[in-house]
Amino acid sequence: MNLQFIVDGLISGSLIGLGAIGITLTYSILRFSNFAHGDFMAWGAYGTLSVVAAIGALVGTTAPMGALSFGWPLILAAIAGMIMTACLALVLDWLLFARLRDRGQSIIVVMASFGASMALRSLLEFIFTSSPTYFSRGIQMAIPIGFGIRITPDQMVMLATTIILVTAMHLFMQRSQTGREMRAYSQNPSLARVVGIDTARVVRATWIIGAALACAAGVMVGILVQIRPLMGLDLLLPMFAAAILGGIGSVPGAVLGGLIIGLSEAAAVQLIGAEWRAAIAFAILMAVLLVRPTGLFGRAER
Amino acid sequence: MIDLLGYGAFFMSSALIFGLIALGLNLQWGQTGLFNVGIAGFVAIGAYTSAILTTPETADRIGGFDWPILAGWLAAAVVTAAAAAFTGFATLRLKSDYLAITTFGVAVVVQLVALNAQSLTGGPFGVAFIPRPFASLQDQPALFNFINLAVIAAVTIAVYLALEHLARSPWGRVLKALREDERAAISLGKSARSYRIQAFAAGGAVMGLAGAVQAHFIGFIAPNGYLPTLTFQVWAMLMVGGSGSNRGAILGSVVVWAIWVGAGAFSAAVVPGDWQARAASLQIVAIGVMLCLILLWRPQGFFGPHGLFGKRRL
Repeated sequence: MNLQFIVDGLISGSLIGLGAIGITLTYSILRFSNFAHGDFMAWGAYGTLSVVAAIGALVGTTAPMGALSFGWPLILAAIAGMIMTACLALVLDWLLFARLRDRGQSIIVVMASFGASMALRSLLEFIFTSSPTYFSRGIQMAIPIGFGIRITPDQMVMLATTIILVTAMHLFMQRSQTGREMRAYSQNPSLARVVGIDTARVVRATWIIGAALACAAGVMVGILVQIRPLMGLDLLLPMFAAAILGGIGSVPGAVLGGLIIGLSEAAAVQLIGAEWRAAIAFAILMAVLLVRPTGLFGRAER
Repeated sequence: MIDLLGYGAFFMSSALIFGLIALGLNLQWGQTGLFNVGIAGFVAIGAYTSAILTTPETADRIGGFDWPILAGWLAAAVVTAAAAAFTGFATLRLKSDYLAITTFGVAVVVQLVALNAQSLTGGPFGVAFIPRPFASLQDQPALFNFINLAVIAAVTIAVYLALEHLARSPWGRVLKALREDERAAISLGKSARSYRIQAFAAGGAVMGLAGAVQAHFIGFIAPNGYLPTLTFQVWAMLMVGGSGSNRGAILGSVVVWAIWVGAGAFSAAVVPGDWQARAASLQIVAIGVMLCLILLWRPQGFFGPHGLFGKRRL
């Protein structure tokens, strides 16, 4: 068996994990599974693409940085894209989710997220058409790093970015006041309110973090693979599976779940063929639900 | 004139098939509160089951067992019910979101199998030559359309009556009790999980039957007939009709299908050729926004017992 699958799996796994952080936080704090989360990824990627195009129109073409396929405009645009995606999530919450959440039926909110996801995705198809597009059409040479494994400079930078983002997220959740409030609220909402935690602030922080990380993951998919309106939908099942496998509410769990799913998918591609890749996430999801529904790091739900 | 009537029959047949799927969803969601995001997957299971069993023998794939059509429909309902029962069994002891996520996964996997298990499903090209009921009348198109409508209407009415009967039966009353006061129902010795699995399986059976009826109505099936858009349309139909009401499910299907077909015909006539694909996606945006607006402002729908035209109002 070729060991290349380890690199491929780690990379797709870290993208799934980044997306799953948002899903696990929305589920544990806002108490619903957000089917529109994948579409935040796609919107983030297209938003970033538009900003890159705008910068290109303003300052002309820029040289890529070192061996990478992109230059500083993409980094700037990705930050702008993260802000835009966070705004999209907040607007959607204000228009739709917050009103339904107040009525107290969480499954209605799930349905609304399903409707919103369909509308968001089709809106992207309307604006950008359904044909795939790219940040860069250049081809990168992969560098051999031993054991028959090759990795491109882009992939290395993406792995490093994921590690930085996940570490930052973990420290934020453990050390910062907002992070502590978010954890308190997810464990016991009424008690959190009683001790004076500002609920609206916790909700806002959850949307901003989830959407910004979804955008980051979307941009990375765009750099490494391609940008399509359906990119988020295709990653939705692996992201849900990762969040559940890691244990709902656990940030490190979501990332570890993502890595496990990414690696199993990559291994399965070698064993049973690429066309069955999407079934792996489902198989893992069913196994977790049947054997250990609380996941690796989850607590039993009250 | 006869063409117009023939088209009317064709339109009603398509709408009533959606009505059948919506009836299945109503049993799952409207009467039991089980959220199914994988409708397209369950409909596809029924369609492929019946297609594989009833088509004449073919060399390039397994199946083609040449069964009678009714046997194929029955098998479709049974197989889909089994798939739904297993889905429910795995998830219904957990929070309701897990069922939603799992049904979403079922739809993904069914789509994958339909596309890739070529020796069983014909892959992207699908299954053709599915026998149509009363095929000997095919050379008289108008009559054939009406016969088709009659068959589909008969199935719809039969399922409607069965579901109405079921809702009033002791079994249906347990579902109602579970919905309104779960603890009280459990304290009377009713197993919430087991009743929910049964309701989910029964709803799945109706969806599978609908898929089979549709496959035999069109005579051809392919994986791209079972995309998430289908799930989404059926949800819009049930929500417009009013979840909880079987009559609403059917009426909502006819109304939403009319809007859908009308909007499609309108954009085909008005929108220039190279924008057609984009206009089609705008159609889906409109339905998505409509679904959200109904959830916000009229969660009881329009045609149910509590709707605009119902007997009693809330």
